[in-house]
Amino acid sequence: MTTTGAQALVRALEHLDVDVVFGIPGGAILPAYDPLFDSKKVRHLLVRHEQGAGHAATGYAQATGRVGVCMATSGPGATNLVTPIADAYMDSVPIVAITGQVPSKAIGTDAFQEADICGITMPITKHNFLVQDAADIPRVLAEAFHIAATGRPGPVLVDIAKDALQAQTTFNWPVEMHVPGYRPIARPHGKQMREAARAIVEAKRPVLYAGGGILKARAAQELHAFAELVGAPVITTLMARGAFPDSHPQHLGMPGMHGSVAAVTALQKCDLIIAIGTRFDDRVTGKLSTFAPGATVIHADIDPAEISKNRVADIPIVGDARDVLTDLAAAVRTEIAEGRAPDYAAWWRQCDGWRRTYPLGYDEPADGALAPQYVVERLGRIAGPDAVYVAGVGQHQMWASQFVSYEKPYTWINSGGLGTMGFAVPAAMGAKVGRPDALVWAIDGDGCFQMTNQELTTCAIEGIPIKVAVINNGSLGMVRQWQTLFYEGRYSNTDLKRDRPQYLPDFVKLADAMGCVGLRCESADDVDATIEKAMSIDDMPVVVDFVVGKDAMVWPMVAAGTSNDDIKIARDIAPDFDYEMGEVVSDS
Amino acid sequence: MSKHTLSVLVENKPGVLARVAGLFSRRGFNIDSLAVGPTEHDEISRMTIVVNVEELPLEQVTKQLNKLINVLKIVELDPDDSVLRELLLVKVKADLTTRSHVLETVQLFRAKVVDVAPDAVTIEATGTTDKLEALIRVLEPFGIKELVQSGLVAVGRGARSITDRNTLRPVERTA
Repeated sequence: MTTTGAQALVRALEHLDVDVVFGIPGGAILPAYDPLFDSKKVRHLLVRHEQGAGHAATGYAQATGRVGVCMATSGPGATNLVTPIADAYMDSVPIVAITGQVPSKAIGTDAFQEADICGITMPITKHNFLVQDAADIPRVLAEAFHIAATGRPGPVLVDIAKDALQAQTTFNWPVEMHVPGYRPIARPHGKQMREAARAIVEAKRPVLYAGGGILKARAAQELHAFAELVGAPVITTLMARGAFPDSHPQHLGMPGMHGSVAAVTALQKCDLIIAIGTRFDDRVTGKLSTFAPGATVIHADIDPAEISKNRVADIPIVGDARDVLTDLAAAVRTEIAEGRAPDYAAWWRQCDGWRRTYPLGYDEPADGALAPQYVVERLGRIAGPDAVYVAGVGQHQMWASQFVSYEKPYTWINSGGLGTMGFAVPAAMGAKVGRPDALVWAIDGDGCFQMTNQELTTCAIEGIPIKVAVINNGSLGMVRQWQTLFYEGRYSNTDLKRDRPQYLPDFVKLADAMGCVGLRCESADDVDATIEKAMSIDDMPVVVDFVVGKDAMVWPMVAAGTSNDDIKIARDIAPDFDYEMGEVVSDS
Repeated sequence: MSKHTLSVLVENKPGVLARVAGLFSRRGFNIDSLAVGPTEHDEISRMTIVVNVEELPLEQVTKQLNKLINVLKIVELDPDDSVLRELLLVKVKADLTTRSHVLETVQLFRAKVVDVAPDAVTIEATGTTDKLEALIRVLEPFGIKELVQSGLVAVGRGARSITDRNTLRPVERTA
């Protein structure tokens, strides 16, 4: 049937089962907003800034596993999506960004609100399209969603010229896709599986290094089964928190710059790394040349380019994490059936020693201020393992990753790779839209919160009752921590309040102004009651201003560029590995 | 470092060259030369890219290239089993006293003169990088006024074709 390109766009979105689009209209995308107004299936949420639309699409995708969609006009609308697109690219999140473009005849003339968004986003999208013919719109949309969601997921941008939206075309569905150069990987190789299984049962000191790819593949159950079959210690990266229960006896915590001593040390001293859906990021490996010097590496990832990119893999496996874990479990079972059962008892005595001696912890601030870690810990306890926690970037993010106990997949959403401050509020909004029945808590810093809090107005208007815990230390805490440690305490431009006595800004008043409930808590005694008060409100967004001390630091820490061997549990204090922890396992 | 010649088959679409070039620059891979042109299939273009990298970065180059949606196929050509050619156009000073010497050099290298002026000749030569470098060395004493050179193009020896339909899988699926 005959439609406009804009109608074809909306109908394609409907056929692709899109239930929500986050966006802001403007000149070039305007034709699309007219049929969108009538759609019974696609709900458009009018955000306050395009960056919010992008992060909301990411939060939606991370919470639901479905493709998140954001929309913006040409030029500044599109460029405001750049940060969330880069963020989604680094964390492999399937989102589709739809942008209007100036009419095709005006492209290249520096027309009003023209920006070459395809050129700009080339390095930060899995793929992008410029559409100048209305007839291409349904096919390109189908291809965009297919590319975004399959293989290693990622953001795809579809830039549509205004005249293509206005032109008449015929709409047919389903459409035939034509992406001859796109071949998401098939099943992992059987021979590699057998080799990996043999390495696993022969290892003395293995570590199962679980990454965000496990969540992308929806393979938490398979991870659980595989981990229990093998019996090796499990560590979950920042992107994989929740993929394996924190309370599980095999879980050693998070690796990396602010990982647990047990997880970091086990990786360093292991003889076999079983890496699934993870990419040996510099925040995990520390100084690469000194990372896990004695380890053989099994590296399974859906993206072949990740394998041997940073650390050379001895046994490379290309495949979806769910297939890999299933097939690997079968191969290990075969080994066991043939009498080659793994024995890691001595290794476990070591790991348990590290875990027992160096549990995560924190000191109460000497000045009597409220400890931020305590706030996060109580929030996790009271909101419980079914809540979804969404963090910004910085100290509060690390504390949220450390002091909330994650028991279930898809309960932790954060900006890992790009480290995007301001991620929490809009991403929490997207998560709540995707999972309206879930309790969604944003754990944000006051620096982050001041970047994107305007989306709380969107939440208030659209009825998206998220809760925001602002861990307010009046400074850019993580940068301040580095200034304390590496710049002789010269706090150059990290103090957000300059010691003004008043609340600046007053987050309670700000919340109120945006149609939210604002609460404040300044002492440990009030923490539980304040959280419970926030939890009792379910018809409005709630912002809690937790005024905390600014001298708290995130520990443990492996300083940037140093070896994981140099992990510190507090300032200038390294773990004492000579401490007697039972029998030492040797390679012999 | 060592040189590797990659034949990259790509979809003949706008922007593909920018995607490939951008990938090389942002991942810090050095391109020695790049040549793009049509193939016997209208919808496919072929890039010949010479990169100067070690073995492991080369693996990264090809893996990253393979991730580009518009890249159909990548083949590394073995220089011992391929025909490799560059095109050179060079304008050399040549007056009545030197012209015959210049023409002699042209013949020695099986190059040809494509334009003549009273005080200069323009020479066209094709060959491997080494041969063209040798020609330039010999012409230099006469005075090179202008020089332009193409990127390397290359094709494997024998009857096999890397653009064979059977080895290019057109994936057609419906949503």
